[in-house]
Amino acid sequence: MPAPIRLRELIRTIRTARTQAEEREMIQKECAAIRSSFREEDNTYRCRNVAKLLYMHMLGYPAHFGQLECLKLIASQKFTDKRIGYLGAMLLLDERQDVHLLMTNCIKNDLNHSTQYVQGLALCTLGCMGSSEMCRDLAGEVEKLLKTSNSYLRKKAALCAVHVIRKVPELMEMFLPATKNLLSEKNHGVLHTSVVLLTEMCERSPDMLSHFRKNEKLVPQLVRILKNLIMSGYSPEHDVSGISDPFLQVRILRLLRILGKSDDDSSEAMNDILAQVATNTETSKNVGNAILYETVLTIMDIKSESGLRVLAINILGRFLLNNDKNIRYVALTSLLKTVQTDHNAVQRHRSTIVDCLKDLDVSIKRRAMELSFALVNGNNIRGMMKELLYFLDSCDPEFKADCASGVFLAAEKYAPSKRWHIDTIMRVLTTAGSYVRDDSVPNLIQLITNSVEMHAYTVQRLYKALLDDISQQPLVQVASWCIGEYGDLLVSGQCEEEEPIQVTEDEVLDVLEGLLVSNLSTPVTRGYSLTAIMKLSTRFSGVNRIKKVVSIYGSSIDVELQQRAVEYNALFKKYDHMRPALLERMPIMEKTATNGPTEIVQTNGETEPSVVEPKHLPPVTQPANQANDLLDLLGGNDVVPVIQTTMPTKPASAGGELLDLLGDLSLSGGPATAPASSVPTSQPSFLLDGLSSQPLFNDIAAAAIPPMTAYNKNGLKIDFTFERANPNPNVAVITIHASNSTEADMTEFVFQAAVPKTFQLQLLSPSSNVVPALNQGTVTQVIRVLNPQKQQLRMRIKLTYTLKGSPVQDLAEVNNFPAQSWQ
Amino acid sequence: MMRFLLLFSRQGKLRLQKWFTPMTEREKKKITRDMTTMVLSRQPRSCNFLHWKDLKIIYKRYASLYFCLAIDNQENELIALEVIQRYVELLDKYFGNVCELDIIFNFEKAYFILDEFLIGGEIQETSKQMVNRSIEASDMLQEGDSSEWFEVELFG
Repeated sequence: MPAPIRLRELIRTIRTARTQAEEREMIQKECAAIRSSFREEDNTYRCRNVAKLLYMHMLGYPAHFGQLECLKLIASQKFTDKRIGYLGAMLLLDERQDVHLLMTNCIKNDLNHSTQYVQGLALCTLGCMGSSEMCRDLAGEVEKLLKTSNSYLRKKAALCAVHVIRKVPELMEMFLPATKNLLSEKNHGVLHTSVVLLTEMCERSPDMLSHFRKNEKLVPQLVRILKNLIMSGYSPEHDVSGISDPFLQVRILRLLRILGKSDDDSSEAMNDILAQVATNTETSKNVGNAILYETVLTIMDIKSESGLRVLAINILGRFLLNNDKNIRYVALTSLLKTVQTDHNAVQRHRSTIVDCLKDLDVSIKRRAMELSFALVNGNNIRGMMKELLYFLDSCDPEFKADCASGVFLAAEKYAPSKRWHIDTIMRVLTTAGSYVRDDSVPNLIQLITNSVEMHAYTVQRLYKALLDDISQQPLVQVASWCIGEYGDLLVSGQCEEEEPIQVTEDEVLDVLEGLLVSNLSTPVTRGYSLTAIMKLSTRFSGVNRIKKVVSIYGSSIDVELQQRAVEYNALFKKYDHMRPALLERMPIMEKTATNGPTEIVQTNGETEPSVVEPKHLPPVTQPANQANDLLDLLGGNDVVPVIQTTMPTKPASAGGELLDLLGDLSLSGGPATAPASSVPTSQPSFLLDGLSSQPLFNDIAAAAIPPMTAYNKNGLKIDFTFERANPNPNVAVITIHASNSTEADMTEFVFQAAVPKTFQLQLLSPSSNVVPALNQGTVTQVIRVLNPQKQQLRMRIKLTYTLKGSPVQDLAEVNNFPAQSWQ
Repeated sequence: MMRFLLLFSRQGKLRLQKWFTPMTEREKKKITRDMTTMVLSRQPRSCNFLHWKDLKIIYKRYASLYFCLAIDNQENELIALEVIQRYVELLDKYFGNVCELDIIFNFEKAYFILDEFLIGGEIQETSKQMVNRSIEASDMLQEGDSSEWFEVELFG
C-alpha cells in the first residue's frame, strides 16, 4: 500500500481541477483512500490524513468520519499528532457531538503534561470550545494553572477561566482567590488576559464588582498600570505606531468604565488618568483614535466632572472632521448616544454633523440623519429643516420614510409659523409623498384643520399639487380630504397668502372624480375622494353632478365604496335635512402624541416635554343620569336633556376616525328620525368631537344678534351672546358668560341646559368651574343649537355651585331669546 | 468578545474559519455565505464597519484576501481593526511577505498562529515577539519528534 499523498501535494492537485465536478471527483477519490487508511488503524499517516481532511472540509466537503481520528491523534504522544488532533477537534467537533466528551480525559492529562506547549494546546482547545460539562470537570485544573508562575500558561489559563465562567457562571467564585495578584505581573500577556477575566467577573456579578472596587482597590492598580504604559518610553515589544500596547490600554479603559459607573469614588480616582490619556494620545493613526474612542466612552459612562465631559465631546467633534471614514462613523454613533445627556455640547458640532448628511457612505448618512433630528430645536429649525429637506430630496429610498417622519415631528414641535409648517408639509408630500408613513395622513389632516387661518392657502396648494401628480397616495389622500372640507374656499378664490387661483366647481369635481377612476389610486384613496365629493354637496351650489356620481358608485365592486355611496345616496333622498349638519365643517381637534423615526426622547437642554401635552381643560363630567334628573325635575316630556360633553378620550388618529364617523353613520332608517325623539348619548358626539371653549366661527355678520341676560339671581348672572355657525345657518352658537357679584368664589360651578325635542343641543366644556367673586372674571361655555325647523328657541337651565361651603342649586327657564337667534 | 473570523478570497473562496461560539455546520455555512455576499458587495471606499443582526462586522482587504471579524455590539470597532492588522503582521513575520498562496498551502500554520494570538474570542498575547517565539518553539518540537516521518517536510 503506497504512502498516502502529502498534504501539499493534494492541495496542488485539487487546485488544478478546472470544474466543480472534477474537484468533487478528486476529493471523493482521496476521501476513499483516507477512509481505508483509517480503517487500517494506521498510526503513521493518521496525522497526514486528518490534515488533508481538514483542507477538504474547508472547501465545504463533509469530514465527520474524521472526528474519532482527531481524538486518537490527541491521545498520541507525538506533539505533531496532538497539534493536528486539537486543530481537528476545534474544527470538526463541537459540543453538540457526543464524541467531544471523550476528549475530556485527554485534555485533563495534557493540562498536566510536562511540556508547556502541550499544556498550551489543551488550554487553547478548552478555552475555545469546551462544553459546560467539560468546563465543570476541568475547572479545577484551570484554576491550578491560573496560579502558576509560568506566564505562557498563566495567560492561557486566564482566558480559559473566562470561557468557563461564560459557560458555567456558578463557577465564578472558585477563580476569585487566584485573581489576587494577577495585576502585579509584568508580562503583558498575563496582564491583558487578567483584565479580561476581571472584566468578565465584574460584568456578571454586582457582588464581585463591589468586592473589586472596595476590597481589592482595583481602580488604583489599573490607574497605575495605565500610567506606566503612557509614561514609559519606547518599548519595542509592545509598540504600535508609537503607542505602547494599545490593546492593553483599551482593555483597562473598559474595565475602568465598569468600575466607575454609578460610583463617585471610583470615578474621581480615575479622572486624572482619563484626562491624561485624552490629551496625550497621538491621533494621527487609527490606533491612537481607538484608544481615544474607548476613553470617550468611559468618560461618558462614569460620573465624570463636566470639564472632562466637554473634553470628550470635543474629541468626538474632532473625529467628525477626520478624513478617515471609520472615525467619522464611530464619532456619529457615539454622539447619538450622548445627545440626550450632553445636548448643548453636541449642539456646538451641529454644522459638522449636518455636513455628514452629504457623505457618500450609507452608514454615515444614516447616523448623521438620526443625529440631526436629535439636534433640531426652536432656534435652529429653519436652517436645519432646509438641510434635512434637501437631504430628503436626494437620499436613498431606504431613508425616505424615516426622514419624512422625522421632518413632520420636528416641524410639529418647532414650527416658527403656521405658514412655514404647511409649506414644509407640502414639500415633504410632493417630494417624498409615497414614502410617508400611513399614520402621517391623519396627523396632517388634524394639523391642517387646526390651522384655521391657513385653510384657503392649504387647499389651494394641495389642489395645485394634485393637478401635477396623483401618484403619491398620502398626498392625494390629504389633498382630497382638504378639498372636500374647504372646497368652498377654493372656488371663492379667498387665498391671502398667495395669488388666488381661479377654479370652478366643475374643475374641482373633475379632479376628484379623476381620482376615483384612476388606476393609480388605492381603494383607501378612492374612499377619501368619494367622501370629499359628498362633502362638497353642502359647499358647492350645484348638487346634481354630485348626486350622479354618488349614485353610480352605489353599484361599485369595491364594497367599501359601495357602502359609502349607498349611504350618501340615502342622505340625499330620505335624510336631506340632516345632510348639512352631518357634512358641516370639522371642528378643531385635540392634538395627540406623535412618533418620530428615533424613539429617543428629545430634550432641548432645558427640559422641554417631548410629547405634546393636550390642552388642559378642567374636567367636567356629566354622566347621563344627571341629565335624566333634569328631565325628572322638569317633569315634561317635551324637553329633552342634553348630555354635556365630557373630556373625551382623544381620537388616536383623528383624521381616520373622522372618516369613520362619516362612513359609519348609521342611517338605519326608521323612526321618527325626528332626531330628538330619544336622545342616545352618542348622538351629539357626531356633531362635535373636539373641545374648545372658544366659539369656533365668528361670523361678523351675526354680531347683529344682540346678547341677552338669561339668568340673574343671588349674585349669579348668566349672559348669552350669539354667533351664527358658518356655513350652516341652522346652527346657532351661544356663549354663556357667568359672573359672580358676591364676595366669595362660586366653586364647582356646573351649567346644564335642556331644549325642546325639535332642537338639538350640545354643550362644550366650560372654561373653568370656578366663578370668581366680585365680578373679577367670567366662566364661559359654548352651546351649539341645531334648529332645522326654525322654531322658537326655548331653554331650561339648571345651575349648581358651592358658595361659602354650602351647595346651591337652581332651575330656570329662558324664553327671552331674540328672534334673530332662531329665525 | 469576538464571535468569528473568516478569511476569503475575492471570489468568495474560504481560506480560514475560526468560530468562537458553538454553531452547527449549517449555520456556519449560512453565515459564511452571508458574510461573503455582504462584504464583497461593499463599495470600494466605504467604511470598514457593518451591522449584521446584533453584531458589528469589521472587514478589511489585504491584497487578494478579505479578513472579516465579527464582534459584540459593545466592542470597540477601531481596536478590532488593529486586531486584524496584528494578525496579518504575525502571518507576515512567520511566512516572510505573506500572500494568499502561503495561507492556502499552510492553512494549519495559519491556525496555529491564530491560536497563539487569540483564545475564546479574546486576545491572549499583545507582544508580536512572544507569539512568534511560541510558534517557532512549537515548530521545533515537531521536528524533534522521534520518528523519521515527522520531519517538517511531513506536510509537504
